Amino acid sequence: MSVSLSQKTLDPAELRPLGSKDPSWGRLAAPNPLVRVIKGLLRAAYQEKLSIISLIVFFLLWEGVCYFKIIGPYQLAPPSKVLKLLIAKLATQNPDGAYLWAHALSSLGLALSGFGAATLFGVPLGLLMGWYPRLNHLVRPVFDLLRPIPPIAWIPLAIIWLGIGGVAKGFIIFLAAFVPGVINSFTGARLTNPVLVRVAKIHGASDFTAFWRIGVPSAAPMIFTGLRLSLNAAWTTLVAAELVAASQGLGFMIQMGRRLARPDIVIVGMLTIGLLGAFLSWILSKIERSFFAGRAS
Amino acid sequence: MTPEPQTPDPAKRSNPAAKTPKAVKVLVRNLTKSFGSLLVLDNLNFVVYAGELLCLVGPTGCGKTTFLNCLTGFLPLTAGEILVDGQKASFKKGDLGFVFQESSTIPWLTVYDNVAFGLKIKKTPPEVIKERVERILTVVGLNPFKDLYPRELSASLDQRVALAREFATQPNLLLMDEPYGQLDIKLRYYLEDELRRIQEREGTTVAFVTHNIEEAVYLADRILVLTQKPATIKEEVIVTLPRPRRFDDPSFVAIRDQVTAAIQWW
Ligand SMILES: Nc1ncnc2c1ncn2[C@@H]1O[C@H](COP(=O)(O)OP(=O)(O)OP(=O)(O)O)[C@@H](O)[C@H]1O
Ligand SMILES: [Mg+2]
Repeated sequence: MSVSLSQKTLDPAELRPLGSKDPSWGRLAAPNPLVRVIKGLLRAAYQEKLSIISLIVFFLLWEGVCYFKIIGPYQLAPPSKVLKLLIAKLATQNPDGAYLWAHALSSLGLALSGFGAATLFGVPLGLLMGWYPRLNHLVRPVFDLLRPIPPIAWIPLAIIWLGIGGVAKGFIIFLAAFVPGVINSFTGARLTNPVLVRVAKIHGASDFTAFWRIGVPSAAPMIFTGLRLSLNAAWTTLVAAELVAASQGLGFMIQMGRRLARPDIVIVGMLTIGLLGAFLSWILSKIERSFFAGRAS
Repeated sequence: MTPEPQTPDPAKRSNPAAKTPKAVKVLVRNLTKSFGSLLVLDNLNFVVYAGELLCLVGPTGCGKTTFLNCLTGFLPLTAGEILVDGQKASFKKGDLGFVFQESSTIPWLTVYDNVAFGLKIKKTPPEVIKERVERILTVVGLNPFKDLYPRELSASLDQRVALAREFATQPNLLLMDEPYGQLDIKLRYYLEDELRRIQEREGTTVAFVTHNIEEAVYLADRILVLTQKPATIKEEVIVTLPRPRRFDDPSFVAIRDQVTAAIQWW
């Protein structure tokens, strides 16, 4: 009988430096992990040379545009100045009223609570709608009616209902993150292989047991897709949500930068948003990977 | 005890070996099933005896899967009834086993957990699950693979997992829908022997659907030949050949030809 086991065999040919045709290379290098790591780095560096060049050119152009005042200092700050401010902002509250990490934490707290609440309600709702057609018929019309409204269009109502505190902002982010959570969990539950449902039922599983034992785990990959999109939506809505009177947060920091005519502050805020967003999705993909370890990829 | 069908009782008609009448496990009476205006099963009457391996053979699309789905209660009957142990058949009792035509292993569970799945659904005590799963894994030779996931298995191993899962629950009645259709011939022989071995050991009643005549003659105690859709029972063939059966045995060939002729004659 044939069993395909995934084996991690090392192909010595892969370890050879590029261009080298000498097969003895790999054989010598393979047993030594240090050599292997260094060779790997060199090869990666070679492959990424082009990308590095393009980045360098980009930053040089940016710096040059500012240095030669092609764009004025109130419109754009050079990368050198942005970097300096980025470091300085770790230790100073001026001129926008808070340390960079305080802004970041405030934004993180806001985005994650909106995202968390959306996941807590959206994922179970989507899964149950996908499993129970009646619930779907009940909820779907309202959901479809509200879905196309962009989350930021809710801002005025959110302020009327919830004031200008954190709750209103959290609510906007919640709305943004809720929709992809519901839709993807719904699709995941819907796509459950009917044969597996029968396997559960033939052994006496109730509809809910089948949902729990088959529907939910089978939807897991789609749930994670939803989480990723939700997180993304939560994070991109952040700046808009922080337009609602705020005294802290990265969105607020950007606003302050504009008011103070300090493009460097604006850019530091933008950069931090970008980096944190990338960091969050990285964490989520780590969680996803450990969750599915062993399962089909 | 439920009354026998009105049509000539197959038990009396054609079971000379049965001096003591066998217990009836499944009673199919006037079973009719249509999808809208499409008549698929046309007034079927037959029984499955306790402990026997009954093969249902019939051309592709004649309604074999439909019959099994009616038996489990996944599909509503248009007319007639199916009784298991004198009661209306239903998957809800949870005492059936079903090996599906397509792969039915659960992709996120290991082989071990797949085999344990039915028992877990039935809330069997963990010690019992462990004991039964380990025993059945040994019987079907899946022990070396118990920590693998289905995607790491060949088609035949995959089908063995499904088989082991059903045997582990010690079903009252095991339904098999062309379980070996996808497998190559050598593995099929092997799994056929294996099925027979476990079935005899556990005393399971098996209804085995196939359109492979050789497979049916090899496995069956009794064969029911179905006609083209709408399906009726064309012929009943009792197979009393001693085991192990040989494909080149003249009496084997004779029965095979008899069944083939029955299928082809329409
Ligand atoms: N849910 C359904 N709705 C409508 N028609 C159906 C349905 N299920 C099956 N049929 C039809 O009933 C007939 C019998 O189908 P069935 O799957 O029972 O055949 P089968 O004997 O199992 O065939 P095969 O050997 O290909 O597995 C086919 O013509 C099929 O198109
Ligand atoms: Mg079929």
